[in-house]
Amino acid sequence: MTKIKSMADLRKLKDEVQSKIKLRENSDNPEQVVQIKVGMATCGIASGAKNTMNYFIEELEQEAIDAVVTQTGCMGFCYAEPTVEVTLPNKEAVVFGNVGKEKVREIINVYIKRGELIDGIIPVNFRTIDE
Amino acid sequence: MRTLAEHILDIAQNSVRAKATLIEIIVEENKKSDLWTLTITDNGCGMDGEMIKHAANPFFTSRTTRKVGLGLALLQQNATAAGGRLIMESKHGEGTFLQADFQLSHVDRPPVGNIGESLYLLFLGYTTGELRYEHKCEKDTFNICTSELREALGKVSLQNKEVRDGIIELINTTLGDMGATT
Repeated sequence: MTKIKSMADLRKLKDEVQSKIKLRENSDNPEQVVQIKVGMATCGIASGAKNTMNYFIEELEQEAIDAVVTQTGCMGFCYAEPTVEVTLPNKEAVVFGNVGKEKVREIINVYIKRGELIDGIIPVNFRTIDE
Repeated sequence: MRTLAEHILDIAQNSVRAKATLIEIIVEENKKSDLWTLTITDNGCGMDGEMIKHAANPFFTSRTTRKVGLGLALLQQNATAAGGRLIMESKHGEGTFLQADFQLSHVDRPPVGNIGESLYLLFLGYTTGELRYEHKCEKDTFNICTSELREALGKVSLQNKEVRDGIIELINTTLGDMGATT
């Protein structure tokens, strides 16, 4: 591929991409796709959340899973950074801690694909009986 | 924070959280005066006098999720270690101005790192306003902003892998051609 050096090149690239993919119908209703939020505050960045996020985007693309990967602030689990919140369609959000490359693969293969829970979940959804 | 690009990604998120609708990030490097300067200006909620005094204190944060806030503290530490300083000015309700100076040739100046990647992540995550980036070298200036990207990409998502690689490549090769410091 030729090098992208200007906005014009980027436009060309966009046209190529656009003709290749059919615009995903799902992108308009984010509830129907997997949502992944990577904690990217100071603590996250310092412990390598950037790599985790890149790896997520790459792996999901390879596995052809429809997902929205975004970043979010600190969730308050600085000890377990990088943290990742995964929301499967029609399910409650689950937060995973210490997500390195290995964990990313595990999350995609086991949790996202098969829906089975894995180790390393931080229980944010904990609610007492009064609530 | 190992690189200055990571600092940009980190500090700019303060502006996002301050509900700014316009964030301007300017990097100016000058080999003659031996300076690498980062300025971030936003029109967010700003800070009052008491708050700005403590902003770079690691044990101060406006968050409630945790008790420490290291972003500005680490930036200040790196800037002073590299013979520079961190200046902040803010008016409550009007916005914040922040400037971090680094001595370009200082051995303790962190490497600049992957600016393209940091900016891409900011463009991706900041959807509620306009982000402008400007990189000034002695002879050349590079600009990129949210509206320009949106206009160029139309309906294609920033998240698309080719688009992502394209944007990062666009920023990094242009900066490289300008002879920007790494």
